[in-house]
Amino acid sequence: MAAARQSGILPGFRLSLGITLFGLSVLVFLPMAAMVGDAGTLGLSGLWRLLSTPRVLGAFRVSLVCAALAAMTAAVFGLLIAWVLVRTRFPGWRIADAMVDLPFALPTSVAGIALSTLYAPNGWLGGLLAPLGIRVAFTVVGVFVALTFVGLPFVIRSVQPVLQDLDVEQEEAAFMLGAGRWQTFARVLFPAILPSLCAGFTMAFARALGEYGSVIFISSNRPMVSEIVPLLIVNQLEQFDFAGAAAIGTLMLVLSFCVLLIIMLLQRFVRTARDA
Amino acid sequence: MRKTGRVWTIVMIAGALTFMVLFLLLPLITVFAQAFAAGLPGYLAALADPNAVSAIRLTLIVAGFALAVNVVFGLGASWCIARFRFPGRTMLLTMLDLPFSVSPVVGGLMLVLLYGRQGWFGPWLEAHHVKIIFALPGMIIATVFVTLPFVARELIPLMEEQGAEEEEAAILLGASGLQMFLRITLPKLRWGLLYGVLLSNARAMGEFGAVSVVSGNILGLTDTMSLDVKALYDDYNIVASFTVASLLAMLALVTLVAKVVLERQFQAESREARA
Repeated sequence: MAAARQSGILPGFRLSLGITLFGLSVLVFLPMAAMVGDAGTLGLSGLWRLLSTPRVLGAFRVSLVCAALAAMTAAVFGLLIAWVLVRTRFPGWRIADAMVDLPFALPTSVAGIALSTLYAPNGWLGGLLAPLGIRVAFTVVGVFVALTFVGLPFVIRSVQPVLQDLDVEQEEAAFMLGAGRWQTFARVLFPAILPSLCAGFTMAFARALGEYGSVIFISSNRPMVSEIVPLLIVNQLEQFDFAGAAAIGTLMLVLSFCVLLIIMLLQRFVRTARDA
Repeated sequence: MRKTGRVWTIVMIAGALTFMVLFLLLPLITVFAQAFAAGLPGYLAALADPNAVSAIRLTLIVAGFALAVNVVFGLGASWCIARFRFPGRTMLLTMLDLPFSVSPVVGGLMLVLLYGRQGWFGPWLEAHHVKIIFALPGMIIATVFVTLPFVARELIPLMEEQGAEEEEAAILLGASGLQMFLRITLPKLRWGLLYGVLLSNARAMGEFGAVSVVSGNILGLTDTMSLDVKALYDDYNIVASFTVASLLAMLALVTLVAKVVLERQFQAESREARA
């Protein structure tokens, strides 16, 4: 941390702080207050009654379970992809490395129609899976696929720099000294990258939990089965149930803050570990 | 031993690439395959549709405004957070990250509840004939919300790494604040700024959740490209939907290439700085 210190002589503090506070107030603080305030009009008992309805509980179950499974899948395959991108070179490596960010760059509605076409029973992948009795599009499995897609880059981009810092020699030495592939991975590689992997997992989970655009196309959007929380909020809004939408939104906001806190702590951990 | 090592590596590469092809490449190819399903004439016809043209125009307008706001906000936020220490600074940093971690739908909902007709500012806005929700300003605000952290998040670490010596020297030598900003701060930040703008542009042009909540989906009037993709798809107008989607996919590809180029520029410059 070089030279980021208190500067007595630099100008522009009040102007820049003013811009920041104005922007955050108009876009974050006030809207947040409006939502929490609207949710508050229900009162505690009203909130409880709303949030414990089967439909709301069902949506949270679908969202949390799918996001967790998707983030886990993204963590496993993201780790594999990160390892391959850092430790090996092959023809097309550069393209593969650039492609990792595709889910960041591709608009979610585009990803949504592409995935649902791909996994529809008559699609390229759906057609292969249909004879096996596996249906992806228009089921809750589709939700999982879409969420894995959006979460993948978070894991890869979180693990990649840490792997890069790690000495190849350490891995090779362990291997040469007679540790098996699996032991090398479990004893040398895995402990070193675990914090960054957790950070990547948490970011993927956060993104997946809030994802809307890519899911609504591939999911059947049935309440209690495959309806995710963001869609439930949209449905409440369309029925002009503002307080209900605000209540569910507030719960999502609380979840976001928790996740943000976890990410912050994990990233701090990764940074101190890397600097050491 | 060498040999099993090579085989192992090849297996790993094959596994990673298979997953990438299934999850990344095939969706991308699907977009273009479906867009050209009716051949080039079908593609061009879908592009020439007045709704598509107006969606493209609206997307450019929304993204343009959002980027301008983002640059000003990003420079302001990173200047005060990277160059000064003050109470509440950590809280500001956390708040800055919120749009990344909260659902875009919740972001849009918060804006509706504040600026909408039933919202806190609703009566006042209505009395002054200002329409924000279900209109262009709301879409711009929603887009700014989801892209808010991008520029500042790029600039803050960059500024901290560069340090304030040159700027302090400029001020001590009698430069005005504006001179310092234009001659020292801005040139030193140019690649980081461009990188942040690139990322927020990709997100701004493609944003769906937040914008769909505040737009009201009036076809041809408040439809951006991303919303048009859904409207056409819901109408079973698959070719037209994927045609608009293909433009957004091309934008994503351009963004990925530009990102690689900029990152290389970054590395070259930091190598120079170290030498």
